[in-house]
Amino acid sequence: MNQALLVAKNLSRRKLRTALMLVAILIAFFLYGGLASFNRAFYASENSAAADRLVTVNRINFTMPLPVNYAAQIAQVAGVKAVTYQSWFGGYYQDPRAPLFMFAVEPASYFEVYPAIRMPPEQRRAFLSNRTALAVGKTTADKYHWKVGDHVPIFSNIYSRKDDAKAWDFDIAAIFTDPDDSARESIVLMRHDYFDEMATFGRDQINMAILLTDTAAHVDAVAKAVDARFANSEFETQTDTAAAFNRAFTAQLGNIALIVTLVVATAFAAILMIVGNTMMMAVRERTREIGVLKTLGFRNSTILQQILAESLLLALVGALLGLGLATGAVQAASRNIAGFGSNMRMSAPVFLGGLGWAVLLGLATGAIPAWTAMRLQIARSLGRR
Amino acid sequence: MTDPLSFQLRHVTKRFVKGKETISIFDGLDLDIPAGDFVAIMGPSGSGKTTLLNLLGGIDHVTSGEILFDARRVDTLTENQLSAWRAANVGFIFQFYNLMPVLTAAQNVELPLLLTNLGRKARRANVATALELVGLSDRAGHYPREMSGGQQQRVAIARAIVSDPQVLLCDEPTGDLDRTTADEVLGILQLLNREHKKTIVVVTHDPEVTRFTKRTLHLNKGVFVERTSLS
Repeated sequence: MNQALLVAKNLSRRKLRTALMLVAILIAFFLYGGLASFNRAFYASENSAAADRLVTVNRINFTMPLPVNYAAQIAQVAGVKAVTYQSWFGGYYQDPRAPLFMFAVEPASYFEVYPAIRMPPEQRRAFLSNRTALAVGKTTADKYHWKVGDHVPIFSNIYSRKDDAKAWDFDIAAIFTDPDDSARESIVLMRHDYFDEMATFGRDQINMAILLTDTAAHVDAVAKAVDARFANSEFETQTDTAAAFNRAFTAQLGNIALIVTLVVATAFAAILMIVGNTMMMAVRERTREIGVLKTLGFRNSTILQQILAESLLLALVGALLGLGLATGAVQAASRNIAGFGSNMRMSAPVFLGGLGWAVLLGLATGAIPAWTAMRLQIARSLGRR
Repeated sequence: MTDPLSFQLRHVTKRFVKGKETISIFDGLDLDIPAGDFVAIMGPSGSGKTTLLNLLGGIDHVTSGEILFDARRVDTLTENQLSAWRAANVGFIFQFYNLMPVLTAAQNVELPLLLTNLGRKARRANVATALELVGLSDRAGHYPREMSGGQQQRVAIARAIVSDPQVLLCDEPTGDLDRTTADEVLGILQLLNREHKKTIVVVTHDPEVTRFTKRTLHLNKGVFVERTSLS
């Protein structure tokens, strides 16, 4: 026997109580793991945006259109290296409740502005040469088991076809990856010329122009110059860095980070009180035994360490179970959620952060019971005074 | 030639504050307990028997006076020093055994050895010896709930002697046992005193205990009123 076994034995003396405490801790860390992974994925595009990339949208609202010829005009602004444009298609495949992150783009310039996108040269050529071609991010291709050469009907919640056909027929020409921004691997790209040709409205209009500046140092000046060029026009513009645009976009959905923090903090506070109170009860029940240990020669500091070890072990086991469960849940969710959701992973920082929180939780819940046990007077604990 | 002294109490005073009242338990108590003694301390409830045992075991502190063990003062030791001193020199036996319910008999007996530098093998050997001494070798793997009161008390004795302390302090060791079992337990204590030269102090209400001890001290209101010795 050793001190570690003594700690384990003490934890196992009331199995139901220990199991319930473990479940409570597990739930807290499951919430933490899931929400922190969600949070991380949610803000990933904000963090991964290139510093020299700008986004120009309609000044009123990014859902309002801009004329497609703005792209050519923006290209003439000093400091602009490349310009592309895109329109939100509102597409879905088979299930309207599972939207695709699908954009109509001008392919050649799009790949200039997003040079990190990787696909085999013959697939790139096929996408550039076939108007009904689709380029599909690997995550989405995997999700729907699509492969190059597949013919897929896509529906749109927004755009109907001039020929009254319900489905937009596409040929999957390319499957791409993006080592710089794995969230991009969940999007689907169609060609804007096909969109312009077939859509009943929205011809020659775009949602946004995206541009690269010759250097990141010029982004402010270029943004001002672009907006100045279209000032007092029918379609005034708002140009921001891609990071700022992403930030503003995510802010529309609410302060996700704050919500996540509040939910996790609430769960942790509840667990702190539940587990702390239960540990306190557990130690109180063992008052006499603690007194006996002290009569045998166990030091106060040893008693303190034992109680802290119990609460730490409990918190760590609960956290590992919760984080393990969250890892599975996050993986399952990432397969079923489009957009940033497909980018959800149980990352090392989230996992290690969870273990860090577990240590803090263990110390916090064990601190008062351990201190109480340490200060316990032997004669009192044995009921001999 | 007299035996070397285990315990010496010199002018010991012990007072408790209870609410607004100060209760005096001892007021200038003197006591010598020679090494190898087997002494019963008897007296009515509230006479100070348990407090005396607590003071001897260093689990309570004197208000004034001195307690010496092997001619060294123990009343001035810090809590950590007292812990180490108890681990090395004193074994405790309680009325209600006070075994850890989650540990087997062998693990309970091994507890004091966790504080020593002994390796696993040596600890196991000591545990086996202690259990053999109290006649419980075959119960090593049993939990307290699987044993009778007498067996549990014998495990408690094994736990008290496993680290080979010089002194055993027993608080009503037979208080929860029937006569036959009580006599068995007292027989073991007598054996430990005679064969292993343990100094044993027993606090008890049970007059039968005196059949096994070398002498008896009668305590009343913090004062020894009678001392009887067996020749």
